[in-house]
Amino acid sequence: MILNKKKGKKSPEINASSMADIAFLLLIFFLITTNIVEDKGVLVRLPAWSEEPPEDLTLNTRNVFTVLVNGQDQLLVRGEPMKVEILKTKAKDFIMNPNHQEDLAESSKEAIISLKNDRATHFKQYLAVYNELKAAYAELWDEAAKKKFRKETIDECNKEQQAEIKSEIPFVISEAEPTSFGDEK
Amino acid sequence: MSKFSTKRADTGATISTSSLPDIIFILLFFFMVVVKLRETNMKLKVVTPYATELTKLEKKSLVNTMYIGRPTLAFQQQYGTKPRLQLNDKIADLNEIPVFLERHKVKVPEPQRPGITTSMKIDGDVTMGFVTDVKTELRKAGQLKLNYSSKKRTERSGF
Repeated sequence: MILNKKKGKKSPEINASSMADIAFLLLIFFLITTNIVEDKGVLVRLPAWSEEPPEDLTLNTRNVFTVLVNGQDQLLVRGEPMKVEILKTKAKDFIMNPNHQEDLAESSKEAIISLKNDRATHFKQYLAVYNELKAAYAELWDEAAKKKFRKETIDECNKEQQAEIKSEIPFVISEAEPTSFGDEK
Repeated sequence: MSKFSTKRADTGATISTSSLPDIIFILLFFFMVVVKLRETNMKLKVVTPYATELTKLEKKSLVNTMYIGRPTLAFQQQYGTKPRLQLNDKIADLNEIPVFLERHKVKVPEPQRPGITTSMKIDGDVTMGFVTDVKTELRKAGQLKLNYSSKKRTERSGF
């Protein structure tokens, strides 16, 4: 009884007015630390598997843009060493051939990219090279969209226009079986 | 001033803020639940490389994920240091790929099946030999749409 009375005199209530602030702080903390996971990446389409060896196509060498990546992640583009940084410009030059050079592609329709790597090539280098080649085509498509349809990018064109651009400048990449000079033992 | 305040006091139109903490707590719990705690426990070290030509994967239900990387320190005793493949939360052999793909496929309605994409989360330091072996298995299994998961590179000098 006496104890009760004592307690009754003091107010037993906890002041909850700062609860909102505490909750807010927690909320803001979680808002900041949440990174909404979104899966992005380089989209690739593999060729269908066939047991038979691919038929021998005789292509005019001027129409093939060969890119070799060795086990030390070095590039050899059409027989010449090259840095990844300038691969895109070189590829664009090759595909469009603005000055009608003898050794570059006859037309953008004929151009073929041939990519070959070693089993010891690092994936990041492979992806960097693939990315540059893809970027070269993406830029060419955008340029074509600008020239033909007066659109900023190819994404703004409608389906038929996109198909027209892509048939004019088809993205043909042929990946050969990798060499195995330097595989991991 | 006094006139104004008294008028207000008379009507007693103060908004009660006593339920504010509860509202905030509900928001808090929502975000705590939504925060994706990595659902597969990783046995491999996977640091995806950077790229610029990115495509977003829209439909989560049409995506299956494969991890390729080197085993983390804790699993090196068991699995060695060579690149390995992880499906769901266990390290798998190449011959388990068709079963893995089939298991995902049956969950997807028939008309949407051609849109199935495999998200390849590959560590940048893995050599292409193993990646090619996986790609060959995928081609044999008829899964041709791939997405090499990578982070956005903003400036060009990121090599």
